[in-house]
Amino acid sequence: MDDVKKIAKELLTSGKVDAVIGYIRYGNDKRTKPFIAQKPEEVENFVINKYILNNLAVYLTRKEVTKLGKIGIIAKGCDVKSIVALIQESQIKREDVYIIGVNCSGVAQDYDIEFSAETIAGKCLSCEVRTPKLFDITIGTIEDIPQGEDKKLKVIRQVEAMKPEERWDFFEEEFDKCIKCYACRQACPLCYCEQCIVDKSIPRWIESSATKRGNFSWNLIRAFHLSGRCIGCNECERVCPMDIPLSLLNRKMAMITKDDFNYVSGMDVNTPTLIGSFDLKDNEDFIE
Amino acid sequence: MENKNQDPKIIAFVCNWCTYTGADLAGTSRLKYQPNVRMIKLPCTGRIDPVFIIKAFEKGADGVLVSGCHPGDCHYNAGNFHARRRWIMFHKLLDYLGIDENRLHFSWVSASEGKKFVDVVNAFTNKVKAQGPFKKYEKINKEFVING
Repeated sequence: MDDVKKIAKELLTSGKVDAVIGYIRYGNDKRTKPFIAQKPEEVENFVINKYILNNLAVYLTRKEVTKLGKIGIIAKGCDVKSIVALIQESQIKREDVYIIGVNCSGVAQDYDIEFSAETIAGKCLSCEVRTPKLFDITIGTIEDIPQGEDKKLKVIRQVEAMKPEERWDFFEEEFDKCIKCYACRQACPLCYCEQCIVDKSIPRWIESSATKRGNFSWNLIRAFHLSGRCIGCNECERVCPMDIPLSLLNRKMAMITKDDFNYVSGMDVNTPTLIGSFDLKDNEDFIE
Repeated sequence: MENKNQDPKIIAFVCNWCTYTGADLAGTSRLKYQPNVRMIKLPCTGRIDPVFIIKAFEKGADGVLVSGCHPGDCHYNAGNFHARRRWIMFHKLLDYLGIDENRLHFSWVSASEGKKFVDVVNAFTNKVKAQGPFKKYEKINKEFVING
């Protein structure tokens, strides 16, 4: 934990970066919140623990942050995937960001709970990027992560086994909970559009009111716009106040792109994006 | 209900250069096909945003047909390749969400395939008729009252 303070302080003092985005303790030891340090003395409260849940990459495309200059960012392996995806999509430049990678041994599902095999975040169980894929410097050491059951994967398999009508009813019920707060969009590092399609009013493509129809269209289009792009940080699901299992959609789409195109988003800055490229041999069995 | 079953609403999103011209050829060749299809012409299949398909279902379509140039024939060189990649993911997502695959049909119809266009429309119309009205979507549509 002292490492992170030392590194951040040095970066700011030497002028290598103009600001460092990190986590500070918030309320109690089982809570953190994001903090943007612009002066060396501001890094004193930085922490690294099991509760650094936010994906800070979301700030890299925000104007308020980009105008600060070169940014140092503390990022877990999954967060680094979203930084890579942003570079792949030409939203940020590699040289504009200094990545302090965290060698990660899993984080908790949520704040205020003891970290254990039961409460480890689902995404950590199948994590392949415990050492970040891209970094300027890394901190921390990798320890064994407690092995729990991958409950979400089990649900995906259950949904897949249902009949189409049953799947519709299942998702209708889940989406019905949506209150259109767009927390999923705000927390997503890859939802960087200046104007989201749901905010367009002429023409109004997706009803912005929280009706069954509007909710269905919104959640469907959100999942589609993230297909082949979502890196699985699972922030959307964590921040959802209505506990809609959004990872069922995002993860399923990631599974499809892995199977069909052998493509995993956010692994390599030099790979073209899935949706921005094509292959002459793409599958067309379903097209007559 | 019985009547509605026999008269499904089908929206077709077609590309200007191939399928629309193919449909024109079907017309000038005096070929007959079932009249349930409402065609919407777009410059290219690459312009067919999946949100159009959702909108069609929201507005009460029982089926959606999407058609354009064969791969390699695109007027803009690569529009249909990009579209194809999107459709692969989109049709799988719809299937996962429980929209029956039989309500959404993709096809390639070139400008010279008037006969194929007729066959595609007839076959798809029969398939949608067999499915009956899209009751599941009607149900979520009903709740919407502001300007629906």
